[in-house]
Amino acid sequence: MNICVCVKQIPDPTVTPSLDPNTSNLVRAGKLVLDDSDTFGVEMALQLVDAAGGGEVTLVSMAPNSEVSGIRTGLAMGAAKGILVSDPELAGSDALSTAKVLAAAIKTTEFDLVITATESTDGYTGTTPVQIAELLGLPSVSFAKKVEIVDGALKVERQTEAGFDEVTSPLPALVTVTAGVVEPRYPSFKGIMSAKSKPVTTLTVADLGLSGQVGGANSGQQVVSVRKAEARQAGTIIEDSDDAIGQLVGYLEQLKVI
Amino acid sequence: MSLGKIWVLAEFADAKPTTATLELLTAANTFADKVEAFAWGEGVVNYAGVLGDYGVSKLYDIGSLAGSLPGPKVAAAMAEAISSDSAPDAIFFATSYDGRDSAARLSARLSVGVITNVVNLVANGSELNAEHAIFGGEMILTSKFAAAAPQIFVIRAKSFAPEAKEAANCEVVSASVSDLGSTDGAKIVSSHVEERSGPKLDEAPVVVSGGRGLGQPDRYQLVEELASLLNGAPGASRAIVDAGWVPYSYQVGQTGKTVKPNLYIAVGISGATQHMVGMKGSKNIVAINKDKEAPIFQVCDFGIVGDASKIVPKLIEAIKAR
Ligand SMILES: Cc1cc2nc3c(=O)[nH]c(=O)nc-3n(C[C@H](O)[C@H](O)[C@H](O)COP(=O)(O)OP(=O)(O)OC[C@H]3O[C@@H](n4cnc5c(N)ncnc54)[C@H](O)[C@@H]3O)c2cc1C
Ligand SMILES: Cc1cc2nc3c(=O)[nH]c(=O)nc-3n(C[C@H](O)[C@H](O)[C@H](O)COP(=O)(O)OP(=O)(O)OC[C@H]3O[C@@H](n4cnc5c(N)ncnc54)[C@H](O)[C@@H]3O)c2cc1C
Repeated sequence: MNICVCVKQIPDPTVTPSLDPNTSNLVRAGKLVLDDSDTFGVEMALQLVDAAGGGEVTLVSMAPNSEVSGIRTGLAMGAAKGILVSDPELAGSDALSTAKVLAAAIKTTEFDLVITATESTDGYTGTTPVQIAELLGLPSVSFAKKVEIVDGALKVERQTEAGFDEVTSPLPALVTVTAGVVEPRYPSFKGIMSAKSKPVTTLTVADLGLSGQVGGANSGQQVVSVRKAEARQAGTIIEDSDDAIGQLVGYLEQLKVI
Repeated sequence: MSLGKIWVLAEFADAKPTTATLELLTAANTFADKVEAFAWGEGVVNYAGVLGDYGVSKLYDIGSLAGSLPGPKVAAAMAEAISSDSAPDAIFFATSYDGRDSAARLSARLSVGVITNVVNLVANGSELNAEHAIFGGEMILTSKFAAAAPQIFVIRAKSFAPEAKEAANCEVVSASVSDLGSTDGAKIVSSHVEERSGPKLDEAPVVVSGGRGLGQPDRYQLVEELASLLNGAPGASRAIVDAGWVPYSYQVGQTGKTVKPNLYIAVGISGATQHMVGMKGSKNIVAINKDKEAPIFQVCDFGIVGDASKIVPKLIEAIKAR
């Protein structure tokens, strides 16, 4: 069982994000980190490979400036190798462009299954994974909250409005996993040390044969403007006391909900 | 009208259009002369009546999916109709599980981009400008497509208020899809419903949500009791959904439900950006949190700083004592 996990490397989400005033792209300066949302996919892949009794997990990422720190985190968790696509031409890529690049990178390695998160923390279009599936001619199951391989086929519990559906699919396939699908392990000290020597292949747009087809210049969307949203009026904030409960009840009466 | 024709993916549950579908149809009617819809299922012909009421003049019947997940077949049916008939100026999908999958498949098939997480659309000549709420709703980013049709938009729930039009005749045409091969391999084997009582979370006039600040799973009962006293629905932050306290269908936020009730009460919820995008549109917001610096206090109309496990029981008692 060989599994490719798409891992996005994103600006540290604990730092307030900002947009470049000229391009309106998200500022991706500074060190990038592994998107937390993708740690679930990495863990899922490691567990499935374990259960299958063999194979390896390959991490695939597209990121600026040959960034590998997030990939190293995934390698430290136990993935075997990484593929990074990094190229100035990719600045300002939209989701479809990103999907074209990741699909081409995935094709450079052998896989039975592709795993991604349902959506990233920074861009959260949530469309990249299924675009990848369509480009690779794969079936896809999005919003998986449980994933197993049974008799060589994928078996998934997929979230629905009402509850969940049990879905099966032949392999190869693509699955997007929700947070909470598994408990991601923390990299061990040994894992962190060995991650440093695991192979990461870096590819350019030309290596993938996609020159002139991807990146900001080939993305269909344009930013028109960015403005501050209307702020809500500051409300009344009080410390807990018997009087506070009385005031809250008064507020609820005024809203006619009681 | 600024646009000629808009397509909407119409989703149904228990033979009724989803609220999000009605919202998209209402929006489509304000921007285009002609609104057409696609739908799947056993009895799509029966949907023509209600879709006609919402201004749909033509309904493409994809037919039964025979267990397939909708994405591949919806995308194939739309791509086929574009090549054999005429392309619409724009296509609207709801930010639903199947809406997102369908939009993504279609985008890759046609090799045209998508604009997602749309919370409002504004016509500008023959173009549509899409507004996204970014950074937890603090900023509004407006974007548009550089090139012409079809412009694919994935639109968040509650972005438009649904409104029926004068009933119109809706013609039904077949849009069945031939064998798609490998992309259509995923099949639904069985469906499971997670029961919940009371009003639906995204339609209730009052929502009371609990978060990690409740401290322990059994305290969620306080949230449920308060919700029921206010004729509301209980909701949750992702933190306690991930922790398994309540099912996913309770989640409010970016990956959960978008709610816009008259009153939203957040109990022990910090107010992370991903939670706020799902509830910031509420008319009135009450927050109970022990940390006075919690971001939720920046958007609330009435807040109490203190221990939720003490405040909520007192509040329940005070309401009951009235
Ligand atoms: C505020 C904002 C709004 C945007 N709106 C749009 C829009 O409407 N339409 C549009 O086309 N683009 C949009 N973009 C750009 C888009 O976010 C980027 O193109 C991004 O590269 C891909 O999309 P995503 O992060 O939304 O991925 P998602 O589709 O949300 O990602 C899902 C999963 O796919 C995998 N994945 C995604 N990107 C990578 C990567 N680079 N490397 C490895 N794995 C990856 C990860 O597993 C990830 O969790 C927007 C960006 C921002 C910051
Ligand atoms: C891609 C992505 C999508 C996401 N989607 C969602 C989503 O749809 N919905 C969502 O909710 N989150 C979502 N999140 C998660 C979000 O970022 C937060 O982690 C989550 O909302 C936090 O939940 P919380 O407020 O319950 O917990 P915390 O952030 O841990 O907050 C707990 C709060 O409780 C307070 N507290 C503690 N003890 C008490 C007490 N005794 N009495 C009163 N208050 C107390 C604390 O002061 C704190 O403010 C998403 C994250 C990502 C990356």
